[in-house]
Amino acid sequence: MKISQNIAISENGFLFNPATGDSFSTNDTGKEIVRLLQEGKNQAQILDAMEGLFATDRASLEKDLADFLYMLGNYRILDANTAPGSL
Amino acid sequence: MKSTPNASGRIPCTVAVSGLNNVDSPGPGMPVIRALRQSHRYDFRIVGLSYDSLEPGLYMHDLVDKSYQVPLPSAGTGALMERLRYLQSVENIDVLIPNFDAELHNFIRLAPTLESELGIRTFLPSLQEFDARHKAVLHEYGQLHGVKVPVASTVFTINEFHRALDVSVYPLVVKGKYYDAQIAHSADEALSAFYKISAKWGLPVLVQQYVRGTEVNVTALGDGAGKCIGAVPMRKLYITDKGKAWAGVSIEDPELMRLSAALVASARWKGPCELEYMRTEDGEYYLMEMNPRFPAWVYLAVGCGQNHPEALVDLALGQKPPAMNDYEVGKMFIRYSQDLVVSMQEFEKISTLGEL
Repeated sequence: MKISQNIAISENGFLFNPATGDSFSTNDTGKEIVRLLQEGKNQAQILDAMEGLFATDRASLEKDLADFLYMLGNYRILDANTAPGSL
Repeated sequence: MKSTPNASGRIPCTVAVSGLNNVDSPGPGMPVIRALRQSHRYDFRIVGLSYDSLEPGLYMHDLVDKSYQVPLPSAGTGALMERLRYLQSVENIDVLIPNFDAELHNFIRLAPTLESELGIRTFLPSLQEFDARHKAVLHEYGQLHGVKVPVASTVFTINEFHRALDVSVYPLVVKGKYYDAQIAHSADEALSAFYKISAKWGLPVLVQQYVRGTEVNVTALGDGAGKCIGAVPMRKLYITDKGKAWAGVSIEDPELMRLSAALVASARWKGPCELEYMRTEDGEYYLMEMNPRFPAWVYLAVGCGQNHPEALVDLALGQKPPAMNDYEVGKMFIRYSQDLVVSMQEFEKISTLGEL
């Protein structure tokens, strides 16, 4: 699971994909996940990092993270070959 | 043209530009003029060429120094040449940049005479090059230059249209010879599109394979000897009901740039062009159209660091501008509309005297 090359994210959580021209806004949580992806962290490592930040169970976090990553894949922010659900 | 710089350190140069119709389906003239106004090397005097008294550029005096009506392309080269002889007796035009598809044929035919008789330079493709990239023969053009182009049939009659439908897969695209395109998902929709488009734009009509994907466009400039002087790719962000870009962003797409530079080189394209591609989900690129002029969004290229109209003037004057390989990614353009308040005297002047 790798983030697409050259994805830029601002301090405000504004994402720009220079390959497609698409832009998106995300909240602080999304921004943190993108930052961790840019550091090369995998799904389990991201989950570990997020677990301490939210007063919720790991299963809920896991589901929300999977949803978010699926959305990133759909928007071509994750490399097509590494996005969740890719063959 | 004086080759010595004036007091501002820039070389004086008079350029005639057409396409002043800065309307909802804008001509490229005003963006070309704004690009020329950004030049640090030339001090341009801009002469506008118009076909209609309501072209907004006529009244934009901060951008256009003087304007003249010219005969419609249908009047032919004789009437155009006569008008340009008059213009040149008053002005001292160094370079002429035509910006309408429909007028290019006349200007290409006149180009040698314009230079030899009037000293007006142009930088245009030959008639052969111009006709070779026409949408009716674009598939063959693509095969010749190694670019994928959707398969298309050119039909001149309703019987030919029905025969084309028999061997087509839906959805397909019905296209007018100059403008307009409609996607059809059935024979009924295709037939309706055929009648509508042929009534508006005449025959032939094109029946083209539909390619699903994202439209990406490139504005480029070729030196006619196989060198791509500049190229900037853009994706439309907001499209008007006429299919025109109202907003767009420069993108980073090395494969698109490689393809475009290779096409300009292989075709030895001379002058500006707009390459319209469809990028499929599989990362394939299909050339949908090649327009033989600057696009109306060419000013974005200036914002990205490449002034194509200025480089075109260099080429027309026989200079060899260096290739511009870099551009800024993520630069956006957003159009706006604004009311110009003009006096009836100005409208009267251009309408009756043909000059403003």
